[in-house]
Amino acid sequence: MLNTEIIADSFPALHQTIGDNRLVYLDSAATTQKPQCVIDAIVSYYENDNANIHRGVHTLSQRATQAHENARVSISRLLHASRPEEMVFVRGATEAINLVAQAFARPRFGEGDVILITEMEHHSNIVPWQLICEQTGASLEVVPVCDDGSIDMDAYKSLLIPNVVLVSMAHVSNAIGTINPVKEMCKLAKEVGATTVVDGAQAVGHLQVDIQDIGCDFYAISGHKMFGPTGIGCLYGKYELLQEMEPWQGGGDMILSVSFEETTWNDVPFKFEAGTPNIAGAIGFGAAVSWIQEIGYDEIFKHEQELLAYGREVLLAIDGVELIGASKQNAGVIAFTLKGVHPHDVGTILDHAGVAIRTGNHCAEPLMKRFGLAATCRASLCIYNTRKDLDYLGVGIQEAMRILG
Amino acid sequence: MSDLRELYLEMVTDHAKNPRHRGKTDPCDCIGTGHNPLCGDKIVVTISLDGETINDVKFDGEGCAISTASSDLMSEVLRGKTIQDAKDIFHGFHELVAGDGTAESVPKKLAVFSGVREFPMRVKCATLAWHTLIAAIEGNKEASTE
Ligand SMILES: Cc1ncc(COP(=O)(O)O)c(C=O)c1O
Repeated sequence: MLNTEIIADSFPALHQTIGDNRLVYLDSAATTQKPQCVIDAIVSYYENDNANIHRGVHTLSQRATQAHENARVSISRLLHASRPEEMVFVRGATEAINLVAQAFARPRFGEGDVILITEMEHHSNIVPWQLICEQTGASLEVVPVCDDGSIDMDAYKSLLIPNVVLVSMAHVSNAIGTINPVKEMCKLAKEVGATTVVDGAQAVGHLQVDIQDIGCDFYAISGHKMFGPTGIGCLYGKYELLQEMEPWQGGGDMILSVSFEETTWNDVPFKFEAGTPNIAGAIGFGAAVSWIQEIGYDEIFKHEQELLAYGREVLLAIDGVELIGASKQNAGVIAFTLKGVHPHDVGTILDHAGVAIRTGNHCAEPLMKRFGLAATCRASLCIYNTRKDLDYLGVGIQEAMRILG
Repeated sequence: MSDLRELYLEMVTDHAKNPRHRGKTDPCDCIGTGHNPLCGDKIVVTISLDGETINDVKFDGEGCAISTASSDLMSEVLRGKTIQDAKDIFHGFHELVAGDGTAESVPKKLAVFSGVREFPMRVKCATLAWHTLIAAIEGNKEASTE
């Protein structure tokens, strides 16, 4: 049995009080807290190895380069990529998706082509495609979501016409936590010859991801949603696809040679990494990956599933609580509303009790509209949460009902 | 630590749960729409005028308790005031919830929002109705708290 209290001990930010109350952090879908080892890795890099990478012969530069590239290797192993070169460092999932849009889709798509996304996407998996449609003349189609928050697979199948050139879908919804059948969706997309993009921002911190098993062409992740620092993430791309693609930003590091007559690109993945990268971020990200591997996805998933079931129970016992999109295949995200109480007020009252949740549209306005809501409350769970945390959530919600219900 | 009870005074929760001025004025001389992207709230403020004097103000839309109560109490205190009065009252109100203003500088009923200052994330909820009112008066139609 996992001792989550010991796990929580590794997260310094969790050990504080908000007013008179112990902090209960239930907003890990926005960003996870960071374990000490990640913080230490970043500090140690700056204290001992700080140098620019890929271009120095001196010792510090060699160390920094090594650490940066080791992180790439760790991340590629975590996701079961076939080689580390398939992992491009970016700022986060948002930049990863924009990279695919601009460097892959834009030069290839045109009038008559269809890009398919789902109704539950984060804005970062909607807007880049809207830009592509504007830039290329392609059109955007949307797969509807069922009442329970799952993707309407029948609709998906009927929308998969031969004109569909690309399908982009969330692995796990940030707003309601649905785990989508991405393997099946990619397989179906392949049958019409579409390129597949999976937004894994909410998946990799919580469940085992095997990119090759999923069979997608691209997979986007953010370090900060899986115990790493902000400002670093990865785009996985199939090696052959990355090779075919032109760069999207020019600058140092992404070239082999530059002259005014002709410039030649560096190899994959450096071709997509113009300029000095977020070295400390990559190193912190690597440390986060090691931390996840130490705990193991089996334990993480089991623990969060158990908390999810308990959390739903706690909430449903309160009069006036309604769960939104509580599908069977769900990650540790509980979206809910309180009868007669606006989510914003719930957020303030819970914060006062030390309980941090997220309220609003969760960067998924179309999904909110689908459920006829302007906003919801969202409690998102993580390996460091306990049943006690959910008890505090319950008490805070009862207080909100007492004041405003 | 800020005190929740100072934020959700009974008068505030009462006006939030049972607003008296929800709807649309008839006639409607000015109309403005307000949007708080932070919480997704949208409100519509309508005004009927008699020259420079405000005959009636109403609001519509869904919002949090602070924004609903603020809209309702704004509508209440502005009846019979001039447009210039409304602007002056907003100035005092803004100072009260976001600046150094005191409860003395606003109509008595608005003093219940003194507690908002301790909750910086909620200032925009309290001022949305007022920004929307000013937009309506100035014919801008749309106001945003951003
Ligand atoms: C499902 C999903 N996709 C993409 C993103 C964007 O991630 P980032 O802001 O780290 O680029 C998020 C972040 O909230 C997310 O939840």
